[in-house]
Amino acid sequence: MTPWRICPMGEAALLIECTLNDVATANAHALALAEVLPAEWRPLPAIRSVLIRFDPLRDAYDEVQARVRRALAGIAPDALPAGRQVTIPVRYGGEHGPDLEDAAHRLGLAPDELIAQHTAQPRRVLMIGFAPGFPYIGPLPASLTLPRRATPRAAVPAGSVAIAAGMTGIYPSQLPGGWHLIGRTEVVLFDPAREPPALLQPGDRVQFVAT
Amino acid sequence: MLRVIAPGALCTVQDLGRPGYQRFGVPVGGAMDPVACIIANRLAGNPPSAACLEITAGGAAFEVVAPCVIAVAGGDLGATLGSRPLPTWTSAFVRTGQRIHFEARRSGARAYLALAGGVDAPLVLGSRSTYLPGRFGGLGGRALQMDDVIRPASPPADPIRLAGRIWPKPVDYTPLIRILPFHIPPDLPDLSDLNDLPDLNNLTALPWRVGATSNRIGLRLEGAVPHIERAGDLPSFGVFPGAIQLPPDGRPILLMADAQPTGGYPVIAVAIQADLHRAAQLLPGDEVRFAWTTRDAAVAAWRALCELLDSPIAADEGVELAAAAQG
Repeated sequence: MTPWRICPMGEAALLIECTLNDVATANAHALALAEVLPAEWRPLPAIRSVLIRFDPLRDAYDEVQARVRRALAGIAPDALPAGRQVTIPVRYGGEHGPDLEDAAHRLGLAPDELIAQHTAQPRRVLMIGFAPGFPYIGPLPASLTLPRRATPRAAVPAGSVAIAAGMTGIYPSQLPGGWHLIGRTEVVLFDPAREPPALLQPGDRVQFVAT
Repeated sequence: MLRVIAPGALCTVQDLGRPGYQRFGVPVGGAMDPVACIIANRLAGNPPSAACLEITAGGAAFEVVAPCVIAVAGGDLGATLGSRPLPTWTSAFVRTGQRIHFEARRSGARAYLALAGGVDAPLVLGSRSTYLPGRFGGLGGRALQMDDVIRPASPPADPIRLAGRIWPKPVDYTPLIRILPFHIPPDLPDLSDLNDLPDLNNLTALPWRVGATSNRIGLRLEGAVPHIERAGDLPSFGVFPGAIQLPPDGRPILLMADAQPTGGYPVIAVAIQADLHRAAQLLPGDEVRFAWTTRDAAVAAWRALCELLDSPIAADEGVELAAAAQG
């Protein structure tokens, strides 16, 4: 039985969390749950949770809870769609990835070894957040896990590929940021004129390729 | 149709935002004070989803370049039409050459100027709202500037009938935000480094001051009260306007319209949806208090607010304005 916790968040929202230990498994459960919840509640999947928002005048709290519990009983994360595979070409190191050498040093790797591990296999988009179109991709193996930089940068260039907190991400636009910048891509991750606006969606698998 | 003479501190095009795009990392956005935005639209004969100008603090000025009906709601920024006061919570017919001036803040922080027919701007992800950090929505994704022209999105049905209307019921802007408790108990396996839960009595003990770096993303709260001890970082989860985050510096942030849809700071309380418009009318330096409430009270307050927004509008006597329109 998958452990879930339903936390009321104000009078018009619920945060439904999967408390399984393993991040990848908890995320698969959260993505599967987001697929089966009513669209009118705008289910928002994140690392290990789904936020829903509802109108308490239309949907009574107890009824929302009951529907969520029925949805939880019915989900099958094993049946989670494989997700699209998206290839992201990256220029690693140098001006494109100013933190590559330092990050490799901290991890006890040669820069080439870090690149080899980063490109070793496709990894899952766990969620989109922080900024429009910003993918949290992972989880990364322990050998690539670093805490965030002590001092965040005020402006990280658009397209920067970065690692921190056991995940890898891509800055869709120039943003402040505290992750370690290891490379850069020219792929456009977010375009508000596009529908959907984000290139990547939770559940997609990203394969980084060194160019 | 209006021309911007001066945008003041910040003037942007806003409607009711982009619900439904949060899973792509897009904030809900939209009017900081959706109550005033909806009322301004209703006075101007628009659907609630029409776009308005959100005018922040004083200093904004507009010249009428084609006759139209406007309505003003929300904060009292000392609006004048020519040499006469332009009362908040009313609609008015304005003639070519007249000037609308929001002179200085008297109460509140944000006024909403509706234009009969709705303010025109391209729809981006289903909304005309300006999202400044993302540089999209509104007019070119930016704040209004001098010489921008504000056009109606569609011609109004009956400009004369729409002029001189008065909103019948006052909106409560008491700087008191009712909150519901929220915390993620620290029993998740990856949260073992969390300290004890913070002592939240400080949250309601004394007023907080709205900090200088507050903006459309959130109100930073600075206290005469001691900082609340931080808890820790969490795996990012969905948040929304009204959630009160506790970042590492111990100064809470009340998330507002442009808040990112996910966050990793602990959330310690959630403002009830019926009080968010009160927070929207605060500027840096203002005081605000918080008070715990219950879910039932929150839903009752939401019902009352929805009923208020449905109030029928009777036309003002308004003879003078109607006559002016015909002249």
